[in-house]
Amino acid sequence: MNGAQDLGGQHGFGPIAPEPDEPVFHDEWERRAMALTVLMGPVGGWTIDESRAARESLPPVQYLSSSYYEIWIAALEKLMLERGLATEDELHSGRMIEAPVTGRPPALAADRVQAALARGGPSVREAQAPARFAIGDAVRTIRMNPVTHTRLPRYARGRRGTIVLVHGVHVYPDSSGAGRGEDPQWLYTVRFEAAELWGADTTASAVHVDCWEPYLEPA
Amino acid sequence: MKKTDDSDAGKPDRGGDARGSNEAGSGSPAKLPAHGEPESPIAVRVKAIESLLVAKGYVDPAALDVLIDTYENRIGPRNGARVVARAWTDPEFDRWLDRDATAAIASLGYTGRQGEHMIVVRNTPQVHNLVVCTLCSCYPWPVLGLPPVWYKSAPYRSRAVADPRGVLAEFGVELPPGTEIRVWDSTAEIRYLVLPMRPEGTEGWNDEALAGLVSRDAMIGTAVVERPDAATAARQR
Repeated sequence: MNGAQDLGGQHGFGPIAPEPDEPVFHDEWERRAMALTVLMGPVGGWTIDESRAARESLPPVQYLSSSYYEIWIAALEKLMLERGLATEDELHSGRMIEAPVTGRPPALAADRVQAALARGGPSVREAQAPARFAIGDAVRTIRMNPVTHTRLPRYARGRRGTIVLVHGVHVYPDSSGAGRGEDPQWLYTVRFEAAELWGADTTASAVHVDCWEPYLEPA
Repeated sequence: MKKTDDSDAGKPDRGGDARGSNEAGSGSPAKLPAHGEPESPIAVRVKAIESLLVAKGYVDPAALDVLIDTYENRIGPRNGARVVARAWTDPEFDRWLDRDATAAIASLGYTGRQGEHMIVVRNTPQVHNLVVCTLCSCYPWPVLGLPPVWYKSAPYRSRAVADPRGVLAEFGVELPPGTEIRVWDSTAEIRYLVLPMRPEGTEGWNDEALAGLVSRDAMIGTAVVERPDAATAARQR
């Protein structure tokens, strides 16, 4: 969706202002927000793409005026409410009113956290069809403006580029983020010359974007 | 210097000793932390969520602590620096990074969440690489840990893809005019690690000493690895 998250190329956000010796977390609530979000994914049954879709669907004013973990918490609440894992009253009070939803994966035990993190959740899947493109192929991204989740940024739509990497077949976020299943697709890294994206108004030489096959057509 | 991410400006939740106020999981959403300052609305809200999820059995409070400890104390940019140092000293490992960076990095013990599919992009005298995630905050956790605030914030995400030289200038990096600047926007589950150039004056250094030169930002591409000063270099000989 063309939400506030799609920031590439926008102007006016001011200096970057890196913080010297920045701590990993700035406050206790940030620690808990990060850990709660990570642990609730498997229990809640949503994918990383659905998490991203939830964050992007926040009203633009809210998204841009929230800190990153505030965005995570707002999305976590939304995902839990949508799936009936919690009610508004429960989230407000912190007290259980409705019985827990059954049939969910169990909470991850403390002694299994390290192994679960070290394993991760690879997005690669077995190929069911040959790749349409190969390294060196000239491609053009499609023009589209879906109201649902996509990972093709606006600045890279309808642009000509060249395939520089082929990553195999990966879960397709445009499907997964909309709750329509994995629908795995070939994934490529496409190199766009900076002038193709920005005209003369750039100091980059080239920008690379990871593009699933449905984003691409031969150029 | 105080954090200047303007999305957080003016919020009264920057106290340094909030850890002492943690009563999460107790089911009592205390409004006053130990030092007497009122807690911020977001801190109260997160505490309520945690109490609820623990009460419902969705989350094991001990698992929260392990997860936080992992990313606060165990996984961070020192991991990535060891990858870089190894690449500088071991040609076979360096070639392995090109063939299969995920496997090469896993051989050092760095695997998993937000690093399942790794690509290493190497800086040369002709090419400088810069990594960004314009759409969210994708970042190679197993080798760099959790991303800094600036990496996740609108100023960096908006400008890195169009004006990387302007971005680099803010980090105090000025590249020769002829350097090709390649930006990598992490739009999929592929995670990018920049392999910086080994500075001159480090001949014969061991991996540990080399890793000590490699900053987090050098592996994002917002810094370069500087030649060590004479005193540092002398200590390594």
